[in-house]
Amino acid sequence: MPTDFPERRRRLLFVAAALVVMVAALPLFVRDVYVQNILVLTLMYAALSQSWNILSGYCGQISLGHALYFGLGAYTSTILFTKFGVLPWFGMLGGGILSALIALALGYPCFRLRGHYFVIATIVIAETAYLLFLNWDWAGAALGINMRVRGDSWVTFQFARSKLPYFYFALGLAALTWLVTWALEESKWGYWWRAVKDNPEAAESLGVVVFHSKMAAAAVSAFFTAIGGSFYAQFVSYIDPDSVMSFHFSLLMALPAVLGGIGTLWGPALGAAILIPLTELTRSYVGGSGKGIDLIVYGALVMIIALARPEGLISLFAPRRRARVGK
Amino acid sequence: MTSEPILETRGVSHHFGGLVANRDISIAVARGEIVGLIGPNGAGKSTLFNLIAGVAPPTHGSIWFDGANVTALPATGRCRRGIARTFQVVKSFDGMSVIDNVIVGALVRAHSVRAARDHAVEVLQFTGLGQRAGALASELTPSEKRRLEIARALATAPKLLLLDEVLTGLTPAEAQRGVELVRAIRERGTTILMVEHVMEIVMPLVDRAIVLDLGSVLAEGKPADVVRNPAVISAYLGERHRARSA
Repeated sequence: MPTDFPERRRRLLFVAAALVVMVAALPLFVRDVYVQNILVLTLMYAALSQSWNILSGYCGQISLGHALYFGLGAYTSTILFTKFGVLPWFGMLGGGILSALIALALGYPCFRLRGHYFVIATIVIAETAYLLFLNWDWAGAALGINMRVRGDSWVTFQFARSKLPYFYFALGLAALTWLVTWALEESKWGYWWRAVKDNPEAAESLGVVVFHSKMAAAAVSAFFTAIGGSFYAQFVSYIDPDSVMSFHFSLLMALPAVLGGIGTLWGPALGAAILIPLTELTRSYVGGSGKGIDLIVYGALVMIIALARPEGLISLFAPRRRARVGK
Repeated sequence: MTSEPILETRGVSHHFGGLVANRDISIAVARGEIVGLIGPNGAGKSTLFNLIAGVAPPTHGSIWFDGANVTALPATGRCRRGIARTFQVVKSFDGMSVIDNVIVGALVRAHSVRAARDHAVEVLQFTGLGQRAGALASELTPSEKRRLEIARALATAPKLLLLDEVLTGLTPAEAQRGVELVRAIRERGTTILMVEHVMEIVMPLVDRAIVLDLGSVLAEGKPADVVRNPAVISAYLGERHRARSA
């Protein structure tokens, strides 16, 4: 079994590369802007959920406050651009670094909490940040910030006439977060995170520095979540606390991973591919603001998964894999 | 065994609130020894074991390992220094495969994951789990899980291995294989301190036994002498038995 291990890892890379090529070709067939919009969101949530999965799936520290990092990313790049003229590319990087630092600062007290208490802390902190931004006049308060429009260009990452640039960026981000997870999985951190998740006391006895493991996972996770937030701000070109920092986003980052398979490499992407189109379609076909219906859909999906496939949908593919290993 | 002991506790006491679990315990373990830590229920074996493993610092006294005072060092740091342990109630990483469990231990010393994987394969073969490398830890039988505990600890390349009741609750055949494994570990140069509840399993195995009772050292010495010690007999079996065997 150990001998074919590198081979299996390499095969994963090929599968991912093939998938990226196939998805990249989709716009050739999909000309409908509405469908393209769904594709962009699906890829974005695949990337976000993959980032969330690093901290909550691999390291087992369930966060329901990732909207904080998403919002920080969106606000950092948007404020830097509209108020100081800093290009969104730098803003995006800045937002990522800022979020990673804030994740470390928050992790310092919060990682002393375990289980449900940690989850509650993440919710409360994100809600506090949401309220701060709602009342922070300089950052637009409840009115939000309109992106300064400078015409279509990759320099300012603004495209009013086409969704395709956003589509390809989102695809790149989803591929990047997948690749980072793939690499981390077979690194010291990857092993440490899973050990911390399964049994922190045993991990400690084996020389794992539990606290540092959690901090590292939080920083990486927050960084990529914020990149996603900056991207979203560019994509919608208007942000306010409700549209980038509400609890809704925290849920939407967690659910694809839970649906697809928490702590797995493919789970978040698979979950996003099912959940996001479903959400968007119910929203537009069931009508109204739809805010209630999509939540009912989430609830139903989570219940079905919890009852039938607690390991997530990705486990449907697992028996075949194990049968092959067994031969 | 003329050199300084690899492990020494100096006047170690530990209190849980008003309860004194360990009282002024001074023991030493020489390099290459197999030492059994025995005693009836509630004697303070597990407390002392946990203090040596670094789960908590003792209330009083100091713990010395390999020539250094490690009293303030947490479990992680002691593992790096060369103390590894198993848990009485097995704590395997159930979501991970057997080999991945062992890799976590090997990563303490390895320079790369690949090196850790190679080391883990070796340790699994040594502990007799080679065939189960790809299985999930949760799929193992109870006795295999005990072996995994040992394999994971061994992967950290310890100088001192602390075994917490690894032989208790096994079938006689499994226990015999366990005894052979412990001997083989010592042959590779690892010192062993083992807590055991059942005397007849450990006594033939250990070089020296330390008997705890009511939080203090009651007796220590060669197994054959210890089992004849009247104080030990009465601690284990009560006054009536002491009178009869005398």
